[in-house]
Amino acid sequence: MPCSRIILMRRSIRFVFRGKTTEIADFAPGETLLDWLRLRARATGTKEGCAEGDCGACTVVLARARRGEIEHKAVNACIMLLAQADGAELITIEDLATRDGLHPVQEAMVAHHGSQCGFCTPGIVMSLFAHYQDALRQGEGAPVAARAAICDRLAGNLCRCTGYRPIIDAAAEVCSQPKADHFAARMQERLAVLTTLDDDLDVFAGSDERFLAAPASEDSLASLCLAHPDAMLVAGATDLGLTITKALAAPGKVIWLGRVKGFDRIEESGAHLSLMAGVTHADAYRSLQALHPDLGEIMRRFGSAQVRASGTVGGNIANGSPIGDLAPCLIALGTRIELRHGDNLRELPLEDFFLGYRKQDRSPGEYVRRLVIPRLNDANSFLAYKISKRFDEDISAVLGAFNFMMKDGEIAEARIAFGGMAATPSRARQAEAAARGARPGDDAAVEAMVAALERDFTPIDDMRASAAYRKIVAGNLLRKSMMELAGTDKATRISSPGFAHAAE
Amino acid sequence: MPQSELKARLDTHVIGRSIAHDSARLHVSGLATYIDDIREPEGTLHLAPGLSAIAHGSIRSLDLSAVRAAPGVVAVLTAEDIPGPNDIAPVFADEPLMAHDEILFAGQVIFIVVAQTREQARRAAKLAVIETEALPAILSIEEAIAADAKVLPDYDFGRGDAQAAIDAAPSKLDAILRIGGQEHFYLEGQAAFAIPGEQGELLVHSSTQDPSEVQHIIGRILALPDARITVETRRMGGAFGGKESQAAQTSALAALAAHVTQRPCKFRLDRDDDFLMTGKRHDFRADIRTGFDGEGRILAYDVMLNARCGCSADLSPGVVDRAMFHAANAYYLPASKIASRRLKTHTVSNTAFRGFGGPQGMLAIERTMDAIAHRTGRDPLDIRKANLHAAGRDITPYGMKVADWDVLAEIIDRLEVSSDYRERRKQIEAYNASRPILRRGIALTPVQFGISFTLIHMNQAGALVHVYQDGSVHLNHGGTEMGQGLFVKVAQVVAEEFGIPLDTVLITATNTAKVPNASPTAASSGSDLNGKAAQIAAREIKSRMIAYAAERFDCDAMEIVFRDGLVQIGNRTITFAELAKTCRQGRVQLSHAGFYKTPDIHWDRAAKTGQPFLYFAYGAACSEVVIDTLTGEMKVLRTDICHDAGDSLNPILDIGQIEGAFVQGMGWLTTEELVFDSRGHLRTHAPSTYKIPVASDIPDLRVDLHHQPNRADTIYRSKAVGEPPLMHGISVYSAILDALHGIAPDKFVPLDAPATPERILTAARALEGR
Repeated sequence: MPCSRIILMRRSIRFVFRGKTTEIADFAPGETLLDWLRLRARATGTKEGCAEGDCGACTVVLARARRGEIEHKAVNACIMLLAQADGAELITIEDLATRDGLHPVQEAMVAHHGSQCGFCTPGIVMSLFAHYQDALRQGEGAPVAARAAICDRLAGNLCRCTGYRPIIDAAAEVCSQPKADHFAARMQERLAVLTTLDDDLDVFAGSDERFLAAPASEDSLASLCLAHPDAMLVAGATDLGLTITKALAAPGKVIWLGRVKGFDRIEESGAHLSLMAGVTHADAYRSLQALHPDLGEIMRRFGSAQVRASGTVGGNIANGSPIGDLAPCLIALGTRIELRHGDNLRELPLEDFFLGYRKQDRSPGEYVRRLVIPRLNDANSFLAYKISKRFDEDISAVLGAFNFMMKDGEIAEARIAFGGMAATPSRARQAEAAARGARPGDDAAVEAMVAALERDFTPIDDMRASAAYRKIVAGNLLRKSMMELAGTDKATRISSPGFAHAAE
Repeated sequence: MPQSELKARLDTHVIGRSIAHDSARLHVSGLATYIDDIREPEGTLHLAPGLSAIAHGSIRSLDLSAVRAAPGVVAVLTAEDIPGPNDIAPVFADEPLMAHDEILFAGQVIFIVVAQTREQARRAAKLAVIETEALPAILSIEEAIAADAKVLPDYDFGRGDAQAAIDAAPSKLDAILRIGGQEHFYLEGQAAFAIPGEQGELLVHSSTQDPSEVQHIIGRILALPDARITVETRRMGGAFGGKESQAAQTSALAALAAHVTQRPCKFRLDRDDDFLMTGKRHDFRADIRTGFDGEGRILAYDVMLNARCGCSADLSPGVVDRAMFHAANAYYLPASKIASRRLKTHTVSNTAFRGFGGPQGMLAIERTMDAIAHRTGRDPLDIRKANLHAAGRDITPYGMKVADWDVLAEIIDRLEVSSDYRERRKQIEAYNASRPILRRGIALTPVQFGISFTLIHMNQAGALVHVYQDGSVHLNHGGTEMGQGLFVKVAQVVAEEFGIPLDTVLITATNTAKVPNASPTAASSGSDLNGKAAQIAAREIKSRMIAYAAERFDCDAMEIVFRDGLVQIGNRTITFAELAKTCRQGRVQLSHAGFYKTPDIHWDRAAKTGQPFLYFAYGAACSEVVIDTLTGEMKVLRTDICHDAGDSLNPILDIGQIEGAFVQGMGWLTTEELVFDSRGHLRTHAPSTYKIPVASDIPDLRVDLHHQPNRADTIYRSKAVGEPPLMHGISVYSAILDALHGIAPDKFVPLDAPATPERILTAARALEGR
């Protein structure tokens, strides 16, 4: 071997499919997992319903070795790159039944009449299959068997025929008393294979002009970014995927971040919660919920289970969408963002990272590395609200996040941030100023804050909501936050345990 | 026959049993084949459309050279390449397959790329250089009324002098209600796969509710006899009316491409293109005037139903007529004027959608009921009850007698008790009295839906049944399977008639070569029509078998009984298979094409009277909602439904239809909003922006069937169930009105549909005087 570097690099991707390790070197960097399945592998059980990650007809499961266990993630194959299957076992609808019969999830769907036209059904079965794996881990009486948990799981699976009730019933029954399936029976064997696949090699498939790279370490990533500042960085591809399926983009140079060791690390200290950029929304969910229940509720409604399993906090922030739900929450919390360029690290307040519509303070070759979120203390009152046409799996018309630092019954300082109100997620500086010294329950003070807020933003009109509605709702959310801060015996939220999931 | 074998046999009495969908096990295994899953023959080509970016105008020049030069492109087709007439309209010859000179809406197909892969076709389609001259576009109902733009003449019917009766009434109400349209959002988008044969023959796999119409239109555009074209539909991944006339374009384009290239051609629409290219539920503006007495009883009702039909007539004649037929819903109108405008706009041509206009007509009068209740200070349920059809008050505005109005009255009474309506109303009133931020509302609304195609000639069906010599049965009929369970219901009929196990009846794909000239599977008529046709076919074969057995075994035909896969012939018992084999040897024809036409219906459109429906399907729903007066957010907490499916052929499938239809109706009136911009572009053209209900939107849903035999002679006395329950979604809209009403009890609640958070908040603020 002339050069040891060649040995340390893999030129192909590999994953387990239909019980065998499949190795692929010849693929376009932008090839989607769904196209590979349907067009190349001719596995047509997995359907394309929307090609934008909203309907879930394309749901497949990626199983990976993680911390000595196998983790099963339901994902949208339509907007996922083929390369993102690297190191995983790709499980599709065709894998569930055996010669001995249907999988318990499939049997339950038949028994409860959970399919009508059947087109969404493979995706729904795969989502429920992932749910069932969680139930198996939790055992009898699994919390995931609760109807609310099932609805959360299914938020990213649209069904136009059944009205969902029989599907929820099927899931509740089969997950409440889960029995080991043929995947569980082969757990050790599968784990061994997946552990072997989970190597430490950088992946580089293609040429210097057109490649899919998946560095295994941060140092490799940093140098790749320097060498190819024009490359596209991809984490979950939940947004990039759409540019491929809808705008027909054909990305030439792609760096996928999913193999970078330590990039999915969550660090908790007394003062901070630190999320590396590769932490998925699914993993961040628990930590953010622990930080504050309102953050948990925002994360519960963030995208869908499939999107949360793929998408990352770093991707959401680096993408800089004006309507992302995470950024306003994190800005209100006083989050700082850390970027890396070569060997240089720099940190700045998150709000300063967003410069304009889809424009961020990130130089070529630089990447978002970490988010450092200050913990709330006893003096903080945090409140966050997501307003959308539909509660689940919808993009916010307005997202309001309020962080009040109280002193002697007064607001000493406020950090108020909104999404959907401007070209970037932004702080409401005038409302924040008006809040200083305000007492909750003082209506005049609240109205002064609302008046100031109106000067903060000139929101847009679009298909989600009119500018007028956004403006009124933003003010009302501020009123509502002050009402809740003052304490009220009135119910103030529909999307709360009192009203959520009435069928419970 | 050994006793053990007898016991092992199924009870073959299958009518009225809850039997799973015949494809359920295939659905859950990913083995059910849809158009895009059919294994492609070598050399299959793929289509992608080039769409208009302007709503109205003319094509000045069309430069497709870059498209033709793109990698993989085999052909680029425009209107010039169509051998026959450039028209895919179902009736009025006003709908081009591709735009020729004039552009009628944004999203209209201008050309088609045929390439080796779908991706190549889509990429190439972006390279066209189209020069257009934009003309002023008529987009809204208001603009169309002002311009007097119509696809068809106005039409009205009614009784008495409604105007004078309103003027003389003690109380009057004027209201305008805007009702949004709805995208079907079938999970499987439009798709067709055309495979050329010899002599210009074509086999077209089409995801359509109307294979015969697709066949006919392909014949038309290719200038070929219908006989050369065979259309086959095994199943659709949802349709809801959206694949009745709307499947023709996709199928005709695939057929045209296959005809020109002589290679198999597949056309599967991208979801966004599907939204832009295909029609939706009509949006309406209902201009309501009504007069009522102190009891809230309507004395006269005058409604103008302004329907936005889009750029062509399509199925609008029937849709708007049906809106008119249902403008009274279940209520008696002593004097009425039911009028309509069929407005032409430069938008995609609106089309059939579950309910076919009925829901819009019904919403207007239900909205009126709530307004009358609010004005009189009475419970909306009492107002509804006071206005229901009853003895001596049983003639509709189109002159048909409602003979079985008592069925609905019974359903409403039953639901009032089972939903605990009165007690919950009290609780809600007490709760709302504290001026909460979150207000609650409840409503109980009825549905009376007429069953039959209102175009009388469409009420016909054919079925083809073969019995083979081993006793297995091949079943085919003109109905299509879109998830509703039609195939298993019709198979139940055939199994029941022959007394054989259901699994010996093979259900086969709808195919125009087997059953010709079929009607679309629409108007909830699928099992009524095809069930009867299959029954006629099975009974004819059975009677031949009986006649032969009676002769052969020398017994009375009355002593021959078919059940449990056996045939008792006097005191002898043989298997159904043995009899089939015996019949074949005796040269008995074991195949029959059954044909059924609905009796007793007639409608004289010019004279504005008749009996357009064989019967009515009834039901009622009670929904409770909570709204947030600061944000307009809304959640449906609980819905109780009691629905009349007659003697249900398959109760669990009917419950599935009822639940699914309710949720679809709820979506139509709440989160599903079609937004067109000022240039006529649809801005909500994908599930990211167009929001159908998801699992967590479903209330605590309690559905009951009202089991009573249909008084009309339908298949085993069952009732149609596809469309009627969609209108149970109106209970949600009315409950929202109820929640809002308490904010200012003396004011009219200004709420259009769909009741999005924005509309609810706007209404709440208007009531608060802001």
